[in-house]
Amino acid sequence: MRNRALTDLVLAGPAALVVILFIFLPVAVVFVLAFTDYQVGARSANWIGIENFATLFGSRQGRNALLNTVVYAGIVIPASVGLGLLVAMGLHRLTDILPRLSAVLRTVYFLPVAATLVAMAVSWQMLLHPSLGLINTWMSVLGLAPQQWLSDRGLVLYTLAAIGIWQSVGYNMVLFLAGLATIPTALYDAAAVDGADRGWSRFWTVTWPMLGPTTLFVVIVTAVNAFRVFETVATMTKGGPAFASDTIVYALYREGFVYFKAGYASAITVVFFLALLLLTALQIMLVERRVHYR
Amino acid sequence: MRLGAVISLGLIALGAVMVLLPFVWLVSVSLKPHAEIFTTEVALLPTRPTLANYWTALTETDIPRYLLNGAIVTGSILVLQLAVTVPAAYAMAHRRFPGRRLMFGAVVAALLVPFHVTAIPIFLGFAQLRLLDTYAALILPFMASAFGLFLLRQAFSQIPAELIDAARVDGMSEMGIAWRIAFPLGMPTVIAFAIFSVTAHWNDLFWPLIATTDPGLATPPRGILFFRDQESGDDVGPLMAGATLITVPLILGFLLAQKRFTQGLANTGLKK
Repeated sequence: MRNRALTDLVLAGPAALVVILFIFLPVAVVFVLAFTDYQVGARSANWIGIENFATLFGSRQGRNALLNTVVYAGIVIPASVGLGLLVAMGLHRLTDILPRLSAVLRTVYFLPVAATLVAMAVSWQMLLHPSLGLINTWMSVLGLAPQQWLSDRGLVLYTLAAIGIWQSVGYNMVLFLAGLATIPTALYDAAAVDGADRGWSRFWTVTWPMLGPTTLFVVIVTAVNAFRVFETVATMTKGGPAFASDTIVYALYREGFVYFKAGYASAITVVFFLALLLLTALQIMLVERRVHYR
Repeated sequence: MRLGAVISLGLIALGAVMVLLPFVWLVSVSLKPHAEIFTTEVALLPTRPTLANYWTALTETDIPRYLLNGAIVTGSILVLQLAVTVPAAYAMAHRRFPGRRLMFGAVVAALLVPFHVTAIPIFLGFAQLRLLDTYAALILPFMASAFGLFLLRQAFSQIPAELIDAARVDGMSEMGIAWRIAFPLGMPTVIAFAIFSVTAHWNDLFWPLIATTDPGLATPPRGILFFRDQESGDDVGPLMAGATLITVPLILGFLLAQKRFTQGLANTGLKK
């Protein structure tokens, strides 16, 4: 008996230990630190209640980071999910007619998912360079005014959102393609008998309802990743100019690891974490409801 | 309908060109001679392509070092993750020990925790232990992979219990069963997890930015930012060559093993 317990310990012990040490313990610590004024390297810290949270939600800078993240996600989620669905439907249909071409296009759309985002951000930065970049050169060929894509305060967040869409469309496309492959053709035949035999009516009577669970999953994944935006901000703008592209994870990084305000950064972390948990809870609730309705 | 198909194909192809643009631009600028980069007549493709920027990137910068660091860090992370995960996933799937359900519940709960959430305490702990600015700092936190535990436990559960019992009758040790029966039988899942793990850690910027300041320890994304921030804006060619070099390994892997890659990255949905 003791032998068995020892075997279990040898097999599962190390995993249990590292999960506690590197996941559960840090989560607990972050929730404690969030209510202190602890600074990295300081000998002591004071309890300051919810002051860190008050600063985050009450200060201009804190609210700005939260709002920017919401605006960024508000653009990226619908655009990336919508485009992913459109591309998937197009490629799904194309698979029957031109399978080779369909496979090539699928590969192309998925490339940004596998590529190193920081390296691609370096390329984007050069594409968007005010004078040496291709985008502004093409803009002037088309007779449009060149833009300061990354240093115009009113524009920078939208530029980053466009890159976020570029990065995630292929991922959503793959998920939608998998969803489309599971719709039985018999359903389309049945819909055709009822008069829904083409285009939009086909889409609304069969495709869209059948894709429901997939769409929900895609929206949540896209949302979670949009809230985590960091690499492009850190590489291209560092949150600037004048905090115009500051986001929640970048603010967490800056406050915690540049300014060493561990307490305040922990409060940002807690808010970020709770927002993600809320999203997951929402997903579970919606899935449950869907199951009950059937 | 025909016309509709042609239009939708046209739009998808146009979209694909836009998706490819930064890739083409990256390679194109990396092949341009200095004079073609710093010109007012910017062109998509180089007129006199040269490999000079690659030569500079490989001989005069730390790019090879960053690539080596990337291989060391991602390789060590994967080996440690598997060393910890495979026996535990086997135990959760095929052994009845007290706390087994609690452990699986804890793994599922841990899945909900993005790495960002644990960064501050781990940083503070490593600072106490004087581990910052070491390879260990870059590697150790990722030993705990709730995702790997979850995925492998699900895969190992598919293995019939009779097979495991037969191995026990043959006198195989439990650790032996985990590595010589469960591990090879779960190989497709192991590979999907390996692709996910290597991609995630090769591409990660967040933790290397926090855990290291020494350029000698920089992983590829961290390194490319060191390179960019050092140069005065005059080394765009070698910078783009370097960025190409750090992107090539994963893209090559993706093109060669597309199906597995797509599975590894797509099925692993929520945990990026």
